Amino acid sequence: MQKYLTCALNWVDERFPLTANWKAHLSEYYAPKNFNFWYFFGSLAMLVLAIQIITGIFLTMNYKPDAELAFASVEYIMRDVNWGWLIRYMHSTGASMFFVVVYLHMFRGLLYGSYRGPRELIWLFGVGIFLCLMGEAFFGYLLPWGQMSYWGAQVIINLFTSIPFIGPDVSLWLRGDYMVSDATLNRFFAFHVIALPLVLVGLVVAHIIALHEVGSNNPDGIEIKKNKDPVTHIPLDGIPFHPYYTVKDIVGVVVFLMVFSAIVFFAPEMGGYFLEANNFIPADPLKTPPHIAPVWYFTPYYSILRAVPPLFNSQFPGVVAMGASVMAFAALPWLDKSPVKSIRYRGPKYKSWLAAFVVSFLILGYLGTEPSNVWGQFGAGVPLVGGADRATVVARVLTVVYFLFFALMPWYTKSDKTKPVPERVTG
Amino acid sequence: MANQEVDQSKRRFLIAATTAMGGVATAAVAVPFVMSMLPSERAKAAGAPVEVDISKIEPGAMVTVEWRGKPVWLINRNQEMLDNLVKHDEKLSDPKLDVPQQPEYAKNATRSRKPNLMVLVGICTHLGCSPTSKLKAGEEGMGSDWPGGFFCPCHGSKFDLSGRVFKGSPAPINLEVPPHYYISDSRLLIGEDGKGA
Repeated sequence: MQKYLTCALNWVDERFPLTANWKAHLSEYYAPKNFNFWYFFGSLAMLVLAIQIITGIFLTMNYKPDAELAFASVEYIMRDVNWGWLIRYMHSTGASMFFVVVYLHMFRGLLYGSYRGPRELIWLFGVGIFLCLMGEAFFGYLLPWGQMSYWGAQVIINLFTSIPFIGPDVSLWLRGDYMVSDATLNRFFAFHVIALPLVLVGLVVAHIIALHEVGSNNPDGIEIKKNKDPVTHIPLDGIPFHPYYTVKDIVGVVVFLMVFSAIVFFAPEMGGYFLEANNFIPADPLKTPPHIAPVWYFTPYYSILRAVPPLFNSQFPGVVAMGASVMAFAALPWLDKSPVKSIRYRGPKYKSWLAAFVVSFLILGYLGTEPSNVWGQFGAGVPLVGGADRATVVARVLTVVYFLFFALMPWYTKSDKTKPVPERVTG
Repeated sequence: MANQEVDQSKRRFLIAATTAMGGVATAAVAVPFVMSMLPSERAKAAGAPVEVDISKIEPGAMVTVEWRGKPVWLINRNQEMLDNLVKHDEKLSDPKLDVPQQPEYAKNATRSRKPNLMVLVGICTHLGCSPTSKLKAGEEGMGSDWPGGFFCPCHGSKFDLSGRVFKGSPAPINLEVPPHYYISDSRLLIGEDGKGA
């Protein structure tokens, strides 16, 4: 038996570099031996991508991208298709969990300086993946054709209207009609199920090829390739990805699937955060629901959009700020001037700024889910902010903090007190 | 032939010229694809004018009709409402109607052809939500000095009964008055300016 298998493998290897690829990316890809908890989220993101693609394929078998039929076809999937409810809840939960995993994966990059040279391109591909995901989430959210689908799409497409001069034509082109309509739904379906997934998978492949070219960073932020065994040329602090990290990642997968299943089976709507209550009402172009808010993963940027007041009779500055708040991540490799990569060896300035950024991100995220009068108004007698919504003022302050984290980074990272970095990886 | 020297500059020129022509061809092929995403002929035809019977709208009431997929509000303002309209100019962003959000014939004190009947596109000029009507003065939750108007649930923009935006709203400009004219005393056509406009 063994003989035949070896024979078959040789036959393939002479025609396709199967063994060579297996070695290059798994059995002889040497990853630092000191990976910790934070290194689960890359492989988990791949798992969620697989879940989304597989559940998505099965959803398209029963979904109808037609304004007359879409809402009912989703209800049909939920009620009449065998196991349709499970597949749909896996897909909707997967969307939110994708962002949970990706945000943690990005935060790992901030902790250990994974975006720093020579990994700038890995980071840029990653930002591309993040943008693609946001597009997928946005286009996908229109498909159930509920009230939130409809008015969410209406608001986001109208963001483009505020672009000076060409704005109204751009949003008309995006919608393909004078209002969000059947034409819009149909094209969003095309973007959601084929255009963006292709780009997304391509970017993931590029992300991993770039990673395996330069090698993984690690919690110490030092290059393991600098210390190689003189004979074998294998990094002294590296261990083969397979079997060591494949086994470790399987533990992560098991724990993740426990959480994932708990949500799918017990709280698929997650109290309105994963699936909003208003989306169980069919889209009505003549009536906006009393409170509209995006799904939780967009709310920090949405808060920033709301926080910026209109200037020169135009909403454009808010839209620019929102765009910049997402794109700022792409500039990180060139903003960070610290001599060290990992937070373990950084000084108090970076740590404080990172903490301030995370707090801003979370509070902005919370405020984005609520109406702007959630915390009431300041009393009329308060100087400067008298009578203004408290939440709006807080959001404005936090928006400034959010951007200062990026804008001041070249200075506070350079002047920060750092600790000496060890030669070899620690614990 | 084999002994002849390769003319590098000619070769570079030909490569550049071929690449440029290929680029032009690619861009040209992209045009139909990009254009296919614009509103189709059917979508454009659906933007036809809408005729409405306005005799059934009670004074102080409002009806909503659909035009080009958008809500259009017809508000029959009573005398009290019209009186209130002139009292809050200083709180408005654009009381003089400088931004052309209305046809010329509606650029007047009441923003309308007939003083009582207001015709508005019910889409917030901020990000396109449809504001909620709060027609009565001093309506619940709007404050005691509320003159009657509209409140956008999405981002809190406020408008008066002429669709003029209050200062401090995220919406930058007044609600749009669509083209419209009276076919007869009781019938209104939305979507065309009519003769003599």
